[in-house]
Amino acid sequence: METIAFYIFAILITGLFLVTVMSKNILYSMSALAAGMVLISGLFFILGADFLGAVQLVVYSGAVMALYAFGMMFFDATRNVKEKNSSGTLVFLLSGLSAVVLVAIFAAPSIGANIKPLVTGAKGLDNPHVIGEVLFTKYLIPFEVAAVMLLVAMIAGIILASKKMDKSLSEVYIDTLPEEELKEQK
Amino acid sequence: MDGYIIGTVIKAILILAVISALAGFGTYIERKVLAFVQRRLGPMHVGPFGLLQILADGIKLFTKEDFIPSGANRIVFMIAPAITAATAFIALAAVPLLPEFEIFGVTIKPIVSDLNIGLLFVIAMMGVGLYGPLLAGMAQENKWGIIGSARTAIQFLSYEVVTGLSLLAPIMMVGSLSLIDFNEYQAGGIGNWIVWTQPLAFILFLISGFAETNRTPFDLLENEAEVISGYATEYSGMRWGMFFIGEYANMITIGFLAALIFLGGFNPLGFIPGGIAIILKVSFFFFLMLWVRSAWPHIRPDQLMWLCWKVLMPLAVINILVTGIVMMV
Repeated sequence: METIAFYIFAILITGLFLVTVMSKNILYSMSALAAGMVLISGLFFILGADFLGAVQLVVYSGAVMALYAFGMMFFDATRNVKEKNSSGTLVFLLSGLSAVVLVAIFAAPSIGANIKPLVTGAKGLDNPHVIGEVLFTKYLIPFEVAAVMLLVAMIAGIILASKKMDKSLSEVYIDTLPEEELKEQK
Repeated sequence: MDGYIIGTVIKAILILAVISALAGFGTYIERKVLAFVQRRLGPMHVGPFGLLQILADGIKLFTKEDFIPSGANRIVFMIAPAITAATAFIALAAVPLLPEFEIFGVTIKPIVSDLNIGLLFVIAMMGVGLYGPLLAGMAQENKWGIIGSARTAIQFLSYEVVTGLSLLAPIMMVGSLSLIDFNEYQAGGIGNWIVWTQPLAFILFLISGFAETNRTPFDLLENEAEVISGYATEYSGMRWGMFFIGEYANMITIGFLAALIFLGGFNPLGFIPGGIAIILKVSFFFFLMLWVRSAWPHIRPDQLMWLCWKVLMPLAVINILVTGIVMMV
């Protein structure tokens, strides 16, 4: 049962990410990327890592949403993007690569038999509790370092974006205009 | 094992049927309540009290031509409404709808899948649901649609943060993400309801719930006065109907979440048995949404963002901090 579900998810994910790379339409690529990210959470659910599965859903649906916002700004979603690279070599390499990935996926159950979990939580604890316990004992320092890095990135983002934030955008635009044009507008 | 599968399928079909029917009935209730508040009569000509209006509307929706504009991206245009409707119902899978009951000697739990991360799953699924309006707006070649989907991106993404942070304080108190544990935590009667210990979180959750279900003070996605119908401008017939059903299912889900997390869930309320108590609570939240719609005007997009990032989010963070300090001391 789980094996069948795993193969279905694996093939769908690989296929969807192939669409993401190959499609010339921004809307198809983005939608395939989003669907692939959602399906990856299915793999987590099969493995019994419920918490990580839900976090995958929350985090990546938001992250791909931000990509959509950029796509909306830069492209016309209903038109095809003209690409310079139309060589067959890229297609060949990528499809070869995904074939290798598929082989690895099918070989995974026999390799995976040797894998042992690094951390086994105390009995009677459910998934989120085990993750919390491990994060705040064994992996406390990497966890805190990651938190500090995110904080630094957030502060940097705010500083980069906050120039002239107290003015509205149209005022900023008027400030950049030469004086003659301003007089004409008045 | 077989019994488990059959039971789950029956529960899923029942939830799908009942909630879809309630969505249809919800339109009637909405029009009647709005009419009552504004001293009108509402639908009254078709059938007794206008009840058959739902049927007439249904016939109209189903038989309308399914129209796809020529410039649109056909596949994505066709998938988008299904995403909204499907994720709304998938989110309901982890919500315990009624207390356990016995029928023909079999104990039935009215929850499709009792995940130990139920609450997180519901929030995540509602988050995925916002791909529906986003894709719909982008797939149609229409400027109102693009504006609608841009508003989807900022509004839902921002209010997702407030929902998560406001729920974190109750989660810290209960120490579990399972909605059944939330219910059991408040088993001691009205005095044990989380709303008394977390009033701020309750209000924040309600406000962001309104924003996430696209209800009136925050329904900028399809604000008729500004963007025609936003992401749904080019949709007609049953595809538009699917957006509608998804929105109403999300309203019901938010009602259940608010009742389960803050208002004691399906515990018996004095002489009222638990099953009826939770239905009363959810009906109250449904009515509250309609009440607010009839009483408040829309707000501007910049006011929406100001409210989210400069008021609600700091309040939610302070609430978590205070809860943490109180729990530690």
